[in-house]
Amino acid sequence: MQDPSLTHERLLFEISQPGRLGVELPDCDVPVMSLESLLPAAQIRKDLPLPELSEPEVIRHFTHLSQKNYSVDSGFYPLGSCTMKYNPKLNEDAARHPGFARLHPYLPDAQAQGALEVLFEMQNILTEIAGMDATSLQPAAGAHGELLGLMLIKAYHEDHGQGERDTIIVPEAAHGTNPASAARCGYKTLTVKSDSRGRVDLAHLKSELSDKIAGLMLTNPNTLGLFEDDIAEICDLIHGCGGLVYCDGANMNALVGRARPGDMGFDVMHFNLHKTFSSPHGGGGPGSGPVAVKKILEPYLPTPQVVKTETGFALEHNIPKSIGKIHGFYGSFMCILRSYLFILYYGKERLKDVADNAVLNANYIRTELQGHFDVAFDEICMHEVIFSAKRQQREHGIRALDVAKRLMDFGYHPPTIYFPLIVPEALMIEPTETESRQTLDSFIDAMKQIADDIVNDPEVVKSAPHFTPVRKIDEALAARQPCVCWSPEPVKA
Amino acid sequence: MAYIPNTDQDRQAMLEAIGLNSLDDLYTPIPEALRFTGELNIPSRYNQIALEKHYKTLGNKNASAEEYPCFLGAGIYDHYVPPTVGAITGRSEFYTSYTPYQPEVSQGVLQSIFEFQTLTCELMGMDVANASMYDGATALAEAAIMACELAGRKHLLVPDTINPIYRDVLETYVRHMNLTVDTLVTENGLTSVESVKAAITSETGAVLLQQPNFFGAIEDVQAISAAAHEGGALFVTCVDPISLGLLTPPGEYDADIVVAEGQALGCPMGYGGPLLGLFACKTKYLRRIPGRIVGETKDGDGKRAFVMTLRTREQDIRRERATSNICTNVALYALAGAVYLATMGKQGLKQVAELSLQKAHYAATEIAKIPGYSLSFPDAPYFKEFVVQTPGDAGKLNEHLMSKGLIGGYALGGHYSGMKNAMLLCVTEQRTKAEIDALVAALREFEGNS
Amino acid sequence: MSMPTELKYTKSHEWVSVDGDIATIGITDHAQEELGDVAMVLFPEVGRVLQVEEKFGEIESIKAVSDLYAPVSGTVIAVNEALTNAPELVNDDAYGEGWMVRISMTNLGELDSLLTADQYAEIE
Repeated sequence: MQDPSLTHERLLFEISQPGRLGVELPDCDVPVMSLESLLPAAQIRKDLPLPELSEPEVIRHFTHLSQKNYSVDSGFYPLGSCTMKYNPKLNEDAARHPGFARLHPYLPDAQAQGALEVLFEMQNILTEIAGMDATSLQPAAGAHGELLGLMLIKAYHEDHGQGERDTIIVPEAAHGTNPASAARCGYKTLTVKSDSRGRVDLAHLKSELSDKIAGLMLTNPNTLGLFEDDIAEICDLIHGCGGLVYCDGANMNALVGRARPGDMGFDVMHFNLHKTFSSPHGGGGPGSGPVAVKKILEPYLPTPQVVKTETGFALEHNIPKSIGKIHGFYGSFMCILRSYLFILYYGKERLKDVADNAVLNANYIRTELQGHFDVAFDEICMHEVIFSAKRQQREHGIRALDVAKRLMDFGYHPPTIYFPLIVPEALMIEPTETESRQTLDSFIDAMKQIADDIVNDPEVVKSAPHFTPVRKIDEALAARQPCVCWSPEPVKA
Repeated sequence: MAYIPNTDQDRQAMLEAIGLNSLDDLYTPIPEALRFTGELNIPSRYNQIALEKHYKTLGNKNASAEEYPCFLGAGIYDHYVPPTVGAITGRSEFYTSYTPYQPEVSQGVLQSIFEFQTLTCELMGMDVANASMYDGATALAEAAIMACELAGRKHLLVPDTINPIYRDVLETYVRHMNLTVDTLVTENGLTSVESVKAAITSETGAVLLQQPNFFGAIEDVQAISAAAHEGGALFVTCVDPISLGLLTPPGEYDADIVVAEGQALGCPMGYGGPLLGLFACKTKYLRRIPGRIVGETKDGDGKRAFVMTLRTREQDIRRERATSNICTNVALYALAGAVYLATMGKQGLKQVAELSLQKAHYAATEIAKIPGYSLSFPDAPYFKEFVVQTPGDAGKLNEHLMSKGLIGGYALGGHYSGMKNAMLLCVTEQRTKAEIDALVAALREFEGNS
Repeated sequence: MSMPTELKYTKSHEWVSVDGDIATIGITDHAQEELGDVAMVLFPEVGRVLQVEEKFGEIESIKAVSDLYAPVSGTVIAVNEALTNAPELVNDDAYGEGWMVRISMTNLGELDSLLTADQYAEIE
């Protein structure tokens, strides 16, 4: 039999047959009135062009699709900056508990005490891990957290008569969300360079400081997998000119229990619960991006916050200086629940094991692959390590993209490539703590094999992948003649 | 630790390979003064069995719709979720994968998103859709910002029949983009075309409208759409996707951008998050859409394949000039939405909508017969929600209903002054006649007590 | 990388071909190579008056977006409509069919500050 993962799967709309049913709903048990008597004629829909499939057809279709997909549960996923760790199954069971899954957000507090306790506890736990004073759980993803953090900074400045501060400093190696979030908050961005050590160029930073600076956004460890060891001085410099300092917590997997952004001088940070605290990525979300802040920013947090009262846990909507609402309810509760259980599993005794093993695994790969690929910065890295394929490109015409595609042939998900932009032909590898030494050794062997092939048989690398469900994709065609929605008649020439 | 495979022996061997003596040595790049050497003030660890008990204890403290018939809606709905949804979203090939940046090993997620986009378009009667937003509220805020940028104008006209929480989020978002919201105060539960015409100015970038509106009532979308366009503004609607099983789709009334909260499409209520934001618009605005979009293309063998496309709109490429800062969206919930719509199909979705409509009207009719109760907007047509004038404080009434084992409605007093004794009730296809009759009986008792 | 000697160049990787007071402008072979597969070119309107170094358009590939800057001042008299349906011409023939705009120049002196092929080769 042909491997279903390799066969072409038709679209739902092409499988559809008139009259098929995927669900059997009950007859109406109340007196039925005519539609015309209930709805204005102009508002009654004439045609509903949805597909028609039976239950087995639906299941087989989506099962086939799942088989064309790489996942953490099927293999090693060393995607830098994304923290693709194992997602514990106990947390998935918890998310299916009807006491959470079928809980309406508008229930009176008294009827949602279990959920409110999870939220209250997580506010405190994340505040402590961050080394901050308060936490809002509302942001629905990391970028949403950045936007909230910047809104808080803006509210602080306006409240202190400093509303004319209009610029956020962002290092050139920053995630693209940082400048994009600043723009969404109505800020201009100013880019500071990295120095030869891959850290913020202090001289350049100093030269840009002024009373227009509202704040600085910095990822620490930075996107090169390196700890910004001048962070205390950077914070002093920004505070010195009246600005505040934001920590992009995307890389917290390197630090949990080992160092706290609040202790470094940061005023506000976001967590990515779907990275550090293992709520599943879901093929691109949902995420959760709680924001932790120092005392000075607490008055501006969005509504509501969860508080503990004499009678139990409650939602506090009355926050006079709040920036308002940024989410319909209380954030990605189901992700927060999973992360809460993840943290409790380790507890105060063992949470740092997460960081220790993540950093150890990254440094092991760094050491073992050195000599086969050029490491971008030759020093102890944090939770991820960046190699450059510049030499391979120059000498053999093989680019980072080719290496990435060839790794798929060995059964691995590729690392992040071409990010950060300041490393040419970047290959960014993040193993996480949930991989064994044996898995890392096999991956290292595959990378060494590719390094050899680049020299001896570059064509096999260049034409990769050879063994994936589809061959190299024509991305240009998709962008030049966009087709983002199926239609019965071909719309393209 | 069961989630960390390496043993002390492994760690020792790896440290030796690296040339370090201890795990502490890994942190030498962090200045000593900045290392955390104490113990975190967080709970002690739970063993696996204790942890399982712990979450069950917490879960059991909540009044779930599994246990109590739920008449609460107001944006989050207890619609039936067919078992196909859990079977597919529970497949770890989907839920433990990342954003499909590497299309060769992500065709499953990519094709499912392409199908989700197509289903969204079919449902809404629109041309193009994106791969999802965080939720309905932020989708509306993003749509409003996009519309103002397209129109080159700075004001938004927003009737107060739009979900008040959505309006709160909208206010927060647009204030930071230096846009202003002109709120249109309505009467009788509906937005009047005349008031829209009177309020539109040459600076109105978009007229926003919710259909059915927050009170469950069905707006005259055709007339308001035309009024918006006559005023040179874009028309942005926020719809209930379940209602589109029965109601005229936004594409037929010339909506420019359409958003929705898609939670009802097979996603758990989950105490309000994560949710599923739907976003669709006319083809001519395709390149201004926020967030991810999946497109069709071909692979090296000429076979149909899918890939994230028009990527230059996004933050990782265009940075501060991106169409939005959104990155992670809710792919898994989009998958749930696709499986839901595929399972329900043409007949099922219509049936869900019709059952909800009929049962809501039965409930409203019976409640209006109880002395002391009446419909707040008796002349407004409605779908599955309606506002009831109650004989006492709506919050107190909800406590009474809970004592009878029922989850009551949404008390409107907090958001609408003068509506302290008013409650928004929701009836989905899940509610049986017996449950509705129990609600009616319980309401009658409350009247008797007050 | 091809770099015709009869053309003038800018540091922002545009090329200029001069015919009397008409300048034809595109992006260099090096620039298209760096951008990768071009997906779209956003043009100025015909008739628009441009100042030297003013942003006049945008070029998008599948992985990058780049601004286009006017190498000389003048009025836009034509844009290459063929690129709307076939943006790949920029990749296939950067100095020929991949041209982008024609400008009627108002200050021929500006040509002197543009780079020669040799000078451009150095910065590249």
